[in-house]
Amino acid sequence: MRVEITVNGQPHTREVEPRLLLVHFLRDVLSLTGTHVGCDTSSCGACTVLLDGMAVKSCTVLAAQADGCAVTTIEGLAGQDGLSPVQEGFRQCHGLQCGFCTPGMVMAATALLTERPDPSEQEIRNGLKGNMCRCTGYQMIVESVQWAAANGGAR
Amino acid sequence: MVGSALPRKEDAALLTGRGTFVDDIHRPGLLHMVYVHSTEAHALITGIDAEAARALPGVLGVWTARDFAGLPPRPSVPGLERGYLAGEKVHYVGEPVAVVVAADRYTAADAARAVRVEYEPLAVMATVADALAPDAVPIYAPLPGNLALEQQVTSEEVAAEVAAGLAAASHRLRARLVNQRCAGAPMEPYGVLADWTGAGPTVWATVQAPHRVRAEIAERFGLARHLVRVVAPDVGGAFGVKSSFMPELFLVPELSRRLCRPVKFVETRSEHMVHTYHGRDQQQDIEVGFDGEGRILALDVTLTVNIGGVPDPVGIGLATLTSYMLGGCYRIPKIAARYRSVVTNTTPTASYRGAGRPEASFLIERVIDLVARELGRDPADVRKANLIQPGEMPYQTSFEGIVYDEADYPAALDLLLDELDYAGLREEQARRLADPRAPLLGVGLSTFVEMGGFGPTPLFEQFGYLGGWESANVRMQPDGSVIVLVGTAPHGQGHQTALSQIAADQLGVPFEAISVLYGDTAVVQEGTGTMGSRGMPVAGNAVRQASAEVADQARRVAAHMLEVDADDLVRTGDGYQVKGMHDATVSLAEVAERAFKPHLLPEGTALGLENTSYFEPKNLSYPSGAHGCVVEIDRDTGQVRILRYVCVDDCGTVINPMTARGQIHGGVAQGIAQALYEKVAFDADGRPLAASLEDYMVPGALDLPPYETHHIETRSSFNPLGAKGLGEAGATAAPQAVVNAVVDALAHLGVRDVEMPCTPERVWKVMHDAS
Repeated sequence: MRVEITVNGQPHTREVEPRLLLVHFLRDVLSLTGTHVGCDTSSCGACTVLLDGMAVKSCTVLAAQADGCAVTTIEGLAGQDGLSPVQEGFRQCHGLQCGFCTPGMVMAATALLTERPDPSEQEIRNGLKGNMCRCTGYQMIVESVQWAAANGGAR
Repeated sequence: MVGSALPRKEDAALLTGRGTFVDDIHRPGLLHMVYVHSTEAHALITGIDAEAARALPGVLGVWTARDFAGLPPRPSVPGLERGYLAGEKVHYVGEPVAVVVAADRYTAADAARAVRVEYEPLAVMATVADALAPDAVPIYAPLPGNLALEQQVTSEEVAAEVAAGLAAASHRLRARLVNQRCAGAPMEPYGVLADWTGAGPTVWATVQAPHRVRAEIAERFGLARHLVRVVAPDVGGAFGVKSSFMPELFLVPELSRRLCRPVKFVETRSEHMVHTYHGRDQQQDIEVGFDGEGRILALDVTLTVNIGGVPDPVGIGLATLTSYMLGGCYRIPKIAARYRSVVTNTTPTASYRGAGRPEASFLIERVIDLVARELGRDPADVRKANLIQPGEMPYQTSFEGIVYDEADYPAALDLLLDELDYAGLREEQARRLADPRAPLLGVGLSTFVEMGGFGPTPLFEQFGYLGGWESANVRMQPDGSVIVLVGTAPHGQGHQTALSQIAADQLGVPFEAISVLYGDTAVVQEGTGTMGSRGMPVAGNAVRQASAEVADQARRVAAHMLEVDADDLVRTGDGYQVKGMHDATVSLAEVAERAFKPHLLPEGTALGLENTSYFEPKNLSYPSGAHGCVVEIDRDTGQVRILRYVCVDDCGTVINPMTARGQIHGGVAQGIAQALYEKVAFDADGRPLAASLEDYMVPGALDLPPYETHHIETRSSFNPLGAKGLGEAGATAAPQAVVNAVVDALAHLGVRDVEMPCTPERVWKVMHDAS
């Protein structure tokens, strides 16, 4: 079937299998490999992207369901002026170690800060509860999001 | 630069989706391999029908064990050689039975599902008790029974002395503790991509020791090592589970060879939970003798390890490391240890963060609390009565070759008690106990020591490695910038950053002017890898040594340029100056360029500024510290909530306080996860009960507390950097800090143990059984 999906501002029209997951559309069809697959039960959140501005797990969305939608992936966050505040916060506060959960975590944090520009620690933890990290134990991720909130937010 | 909390060099790529993990790599004509896994825990394979699978469009083939009969076995315990796929029988659910290759991953998955395997079920022995029962039948054919290894770690004389020590002690107690099976569960599952072009394969794989993997692949295919290239690109966490020699490391290159196309395998998460090897799973039977002050006089330990259905060469002997560390940071005069490694119908077990040492720390720290409880003494006081004193370092333990390096265990405990406000917590605990509406409060201590810095060659050879050294090549470029090649293969530890800091200090070049490369056997000189908390204590010293040598070379060139003796030079910000002569200077960039100009150097000078050093550690390192946990327990539900988690760590020299903090946090998080949440369980039929992240409780941001971290810094005298390593310390320290706190909260009910994970259900049951 034919889908038209705008990814990071670029429209893409492709013929896809109806069962193709959005995450595989991004990774295998468009070669945007920044979005990762960490599980097969929608548990880990490594595949989190923004679908029309909302954080979704792209392993739980069919490419067909994203037809006509706008998707933002980790590749779409940094601009000409460098890293987004959330990305920079993760760098400043050591919010990542192996980096595998990071794209999903950064996208979820970006969505969180869009909704709540000045979240409490508990709100950050709650906002990221769908994203697993096995390296950091989360505290430095929380600090990264706090840094971002104080330095430009979701931009 | 050493000691500075610099942001990491690694981050820019990883934060922008520009990292390169195995599954991100594409090669023209790429094919996908998928396994067919056993659905039975113990059964004979009576037939495999792959016709329907082979008939699917896009499928290139289906292969079973007999198709790989010509391939020499995987790295194995001698005499217990293991192949790649199950042959006549399966030993656990998840054991690979067949492989399918197709043009895309969806078709490959379809085809794997279409393969029909017929089984004739056999009696399942999913527990150690079942596997050792009188009517048990041997699971793994080369073994006459399920006791794969029975090891007397200490001699009969020692056992007799310990028996006498126990008999003579004024107090003694027995305990059985369980260190449950856990899954490493790195966020990136296992992956392998192989492209066999020409005479040998290039293999991209999620591994921790690429040179070792290269050697093992070369050996199996009868190739010289230069023909095999192994690349560990960005690796999404490993925690020890990516050091096992999984069949895909060999099957994927073999299928690439046969099909003349690149082939990729990427594990699914559900597959990871049953296929990739688990860790821990140790039962601990203990008898301890002590005096009225709580001083431990004799310790007798029998460990029983569930090694799963197919013995792994690391897993079968891991309890040796547990045995060596049984004394913890205490002066225990006599320890007797023995262990049994038992085959069961479960996924094999091998390394998981700490690999054998967290089990020891858990054991002795729980024992200290049991002793304290038995005597009605404070657990902090019993620890103080037993701690090895700083003046006794280096400390020869009762195990030959196990010599603790410099540390101040009492200072770590004192700092912890201070930070906790221990006396205040005890008052708060009493107040809450008296108020039936208040949740119960518990305080748990863990004064731990672990074994890191793996780890001289004679020891590491026993695990199949070429050596226990690490290598570094440092090359100054003609513009004065520096490339470092190191033999480690990090997967989140931040070696680009920390090793640059070490090199920058030695070379006097800016942090930004250094690049660190690793993980590619075609680029990096022979290396060992990343495991056993060896990055800073071993590789850090290799980089330090090679950098110092290059700095000497540069100084000699500068001396020639300035026409003085090297001793007459002093370093300036960006170069050299003749002592006392402010205008006689030369920049490092000028020196670096000159090093490539033979006609402007003394006759016979070797060109370039470069050195390769191998650092062989004189000893293992022994990171230590004191961790404390404060929990509250809901009296109605048994829910445990961590109120505070306080760490005092002594990893020797801290290279980068920010990444050090990250290592502690991550290790503690995994330790708390073992204490409260995680268990790989099987039912009586050997069916996995934790076969996905729905069932295996990897904690999320709401499940873990903030951590308070503190350091004391006692340099190790066994390496020039004074570093001890930090990667495994948190996972070693945390489980018993939490469990001791949980038991402490329930002690007034007579509770003496709560088995991990301390889930609400389990805690509630313990509370109710006790009251």
